[in-house]
Amino acid sequence: MSEAGPLPRPEPQYATAGQQAEAAAFGMWVFLATEILFFGGLLLAYTWLRASHPEGVAEAGRHTKVVIGSVNTLVLLTSSLTMALAVHAAEQGRRKALTRLLAVTALLGLLFLGLKGYEYHGEWTEHLVPGLNFHEDSPHARTIELFYFLYFLLTGIHGIHVTIGIGLIAWLALRARHGAFSARHYTPVEVTGLYWHFVDVVWIFLYPLIYLVGRSGP
Amino acid sequence: MGSLQLLPPTASAHAADMDWLFAALLGTSAFILLLVFGLMILFCVRYRKNSKVERGNRLGRTWRVEVAWTTATFIAFLGLYFWGAGLYVDIHSPPKDATDIYVVGKQWMWKIEHPGGQREIDTLHVPVGRPVRLVLTSEDVIHDFAIPAFRIRQDALPGRYETLWFTPTEVGDYRLFCAEFCGTWHARMGGSVVVMEPSDFQRWLDSQDQGPSLAQEGEALFRSYGCSGCHGDAGTVHAPRLEGLFGRPVPLEDGRTVIADDRYIRDSILMPKAEIAAGYPPIMPSFVGQIGEDDLLKLVAYIKSLAGRTADTTQAGSVERPAQ
Amino acid sequence: MTTATVTGKPDEPVVATRNYLTEGGVTLRSWLLTRDHKRIAILYTLSITFFFFVGGAAATLIRLNLVTPPGIFTPDIYNRLFTLHGVIMVWFFLIPSIPNTMGNFLIPLMIGAKDLAFPRLNLLSWYLYVGAGLLALFAILIGGVDTGWTFYTPFSSLYSNGYVVLALAAVLAVGFSSILTGLNFIVTTHRMRAPGMTWYRLPVFVWSNYATSVIMVLATPVLAITLILVAAERLLKVGIFDPALGGDPLLFQHLFWFYSHPAVYIMILPGFGVISEIVPCFARKPLFGYRFVVWSSIAISIIGFFVWAHHMFVAGISLYAGLVFSLLSYVIAVPSAIKVFNWTATLHKGWISFDAPMLYALGFIGLFTIGGLTGLFVANLAFDVHVTDTYFVVAHFHYIMVGGMVSAYFGGLHYWWPKVTGRLYPEWWARIAALLIFFGFNLTFFPQFILGYLGMERRYYSYPPEFQAWNILSSAGASVLAAGYALPFFYLGWSLFRGKRAGSNPWAATGLEWQTSSPPPTHNFDRTPTVTRPPYQYRPEPEPQDV
Repeated sequence: MSEAGPLPRPEPQYATAGQQAEAAAFGMWVFLATEILFFGGLLLAYTWLRASHPEGVAEAGRHTKVVIGSVNTLVLLTSSLTMALAVHAAEQGRRKALTRLLAVTALLGLLFLGLKGYEYHGEWTEHLVPGLNFHEDSPHARTIELFYFLYFLLTGIHGIHVTIGIGLIAWLALRARHGAFSARHYTPVEVTGLYWHFVDVVWIFLYPLIYLVGRSGP
Repeated sequence: MGSLQLLPPTASAHAADMDWLFAALLGTSAFILLLVFGLMILFCVRYRKNSKVERGNRLGRTWRVEVAWTTATFIAFLGLYFWGAGLYVDIHSPPKDATDIYVVGKQWMWKIEHPGGQREIDTLHVPVGRPVRLVLTSEDVIHDFAIPAFRIRQDALPGRYETLWFTPTEVGDYRLFCAEFCGTWHARMGGSVVVMEPSDFQRWLDSQDQGPSLAQEGEALFRSYGCSGCHGDAGTVHAPRLEGLFGRPVPLEDGRTVIADDRYIRDSILMPKAEIAAGYPPIMPSFVGQIGEDDLLKLVAYIKSLAGRTADTTQAGSVERPAQ
Repeated sequence: MTTATVTGKPDEPVVATRNYLTEGGVTLRSWLLTRDHKRIAILYTLSITFFFFVGGAAATLIRLNLVTPPGIFTPDIYNRLFTLHGVIMVWFFLIPSIPNTMGNFLIPLMIGAKDLAFPRLNLLSWYLYVGAGLLALFAILIGGVDTGWTFYTPFSSLYSNGYVVLALAAVLAVGFSSILTGLNFIVTTHRMRAPGMTWYRLPVFVWSNYATSVIMVLATPVLAITLILVAAERLLKVGIFDPALGGDPLLFQHLFWFYSHPAVYIMILPGFGVISEIVPCFARKPLFGYRFVVWSSIAISIIGFFVWAHHMFVAGISLYAGLVFSLLSYVIAVPSAIKVFNWTATLHKGWISFDAPMLYALGFIGLFTIGGLTGLFVANLAFDVHVTDTYFVVAHFHYIMVGGMVSAYFGGLHYWWPKVTGRLYPEWWARIAALLIFFGFNLTFFPQFILGYLGMERRYYSYPPEFQAWNILSSAGASVLAAGYALPFFYLGWSLFRGKRAGSNPWAATGLEWQTSSPPPTHNFDRTPTVTRPPYQYRPEPEPQDV
């Protein structure tokens, strides 16, 4: 364990630093509630598509690159682990560990984006991008196009969330390196951790809906 | 320049029922409104700041008062709910003997086709006293077929069939509107519904172009689009015969059963893979983008006209009929 | 008249030397970069007033056009006008009106806090709002958007010409602005209350803004994603709302109304809050059934999420869906009725005075009752089949939104004007304006109920001649209403410079906001107050409480 560090002065609207930390964490939870409904709308559209054209969705699902998707799931889950460890390190005031774990989390996030980009490239060459170069001969072409339309929206918006998360975590890592956090003050790490886990959970929902649909059963 | 008219003309059985419902809603609301306004005005006058009235002994046990008046008004309105719901169920249950008239909305006109093949635009001629069922669809955006004198309206959506039925009771000309905003000339997309004595109506029908009926045109299309190649007498592939199909239940490949109605026929032409009749291979191609709404209606009318027939059993081999 | 007794002498209370208007500088920069919730509330008030007059100007032109069919405008111009009116009034006036002006100003004051939890987010929310507003104006005026505020597909996605995507982006941005506001209010209410300010000691105004914020946070993201889907469909010509592309237009309507029905509660709930403050103050009595009023707000915000498809009774939903959604719409009327009864009962055995805020509040109760009752008409399945998309619905909506919400807004504006500016408004002018608005409003919108039952459809630039008489009445009322709305603009502006000094509590009101000076200092209270009593402990004899 290291030095507890001084308590930072709270912003003027707060009575204590504790109140400020509570407000920040609570604010993040409320924000995540908004986010759930945001993805919820898209998932409803997906549900509608799958309910009205189950076969087309199954066929589209078989076009997806399940290997990249699975590796990415693993990458993101691991990054959630390192993030959790980072929060733990922050709690205990271990500055070096915190910096490293944050850096690893950000790198894993980048790896996720890289793989995702590779996957997008593959889809482009296979003419699966709706509205730009979509071409498909199957009788379910229309459904497949809609599936990919939702696929790009869902993963694209998720990707934006990942990008923002990487930015936040990289910034935290820099600040941690300069000793901005201590066992008494690590709210930004905790709050960013919440956000990062949420981004991860969203992916846990997307993975089976995108990659596993149409691959099981007869 | 009109005068201060209060009620629209009442020209169908449903319209009269609706006016009674309106009266009941008005009555209940007026009662509540008078109660609230009466109390407000009474209190405002009696308990104005400078008045010297007794103010002791205020209302206690407030929740009893609250529960009482809330429940009372709620029950009154629940009664009106069931009344309205009953009428709503009625206007969604067309009688079996209703005449089907097909309506296609497009920016900015209503195209109407009678079963006998008579066509009109923005005007709908119907006989008095006979139930009519409209089958509505749209070629582009959402429209809405509204006839205030009958107190009914229904959205016409692209890509599907909605229905609307009525029995006119009064001869006359009534307004027809488009009620769902559909673009520049939305306000001009309308015309009239002409209710005629049955004999006049028959005369009107006869005076129209004696073209082929909808079903006859549909039959021609049935051949020209190549449908008859599989579904017709000379069919070489294993496709369902369509005689006697309409209005019957169809068992599907996935275990469900659907009624072969306008929607089913339409969807089967455009999205044949969605509901596959049990025992048939899913080989029919989709006709999305190849058949316009007008032609679709004719095909549906043709298949409907086959409802009373049975498949030609002299054809060797296949006697299977999808409908059991 | 309360005002006269308290501040009769011209030289009496002087403006507090330390107040938020002067503290921290008076430069433009100090305003545009401020984090003070009160200054941000002022920024909001100015910009919302601007958009109110833009939306109002569009309404005036609409009524002008409808005096004589076929009117003075081409249909394309008319269609843009009602789109402008709808988009601006719904998203840039009604939704932010009370929360972002009065809520922003008062919530910290009422709960004894120094500011909102996240002042920077609060400022960001205003910038988003203003940016979005200007973008919306540009899109509609220059780009000619003619979809109406409902953006129904496939008209909006594939058929309409004009800068629809830009308009969608503007609404998306203002949606994020209201999400940020809602988030800020929720966290503030949970975490920033002064010692002793328990939940049941919160003023109803705070409760109703809290309920509003919950809807903002949970419903707005669904709107956001819906708009993104429409924009993508329009740009890529691929989408799930257009049947020609394999989609379903009803899916759009479900998603849109999943937001937009709760959104009408976003618009009206804060109004309930304002009325619940004003009525006890001018009846000198505690609010009747405080807990019922509080929980009815919460109930409305929850049930409000489950009634959306009552906008779609003729749109092609199933019969059973219609039956269920109609029933739920009847259920949600109950909590609204509870409120009306409670306000009325608050008057019983009070010491009622009729200052302008009270006149607006009484007007609100009357007009909201009419709006609410006609809501039960349109929630009735068979009745709705006849009147949906007619002026009956237009009238119903305006009774709630203009008769209700705008009355509450003006009532609150007058009630808290002395607190915000430190000056009193001219009472008699204010009463005249309140009465003008009430009569002008009824003359404008009551004929529209009749027009609707006769079958006059909305969004018609022209109409059959038999509807003209009622339309002329309605337009005549609109001109009275316009005068009524213009009046406060002048006398309130005058009072900023010439109004009498207000003192900290001109209405002898309870509530923490009246215990600090007028205008309040930057951090609201010199010492954090401690709360020991429930709200609305009014005594019969009005006496100033700040001495």
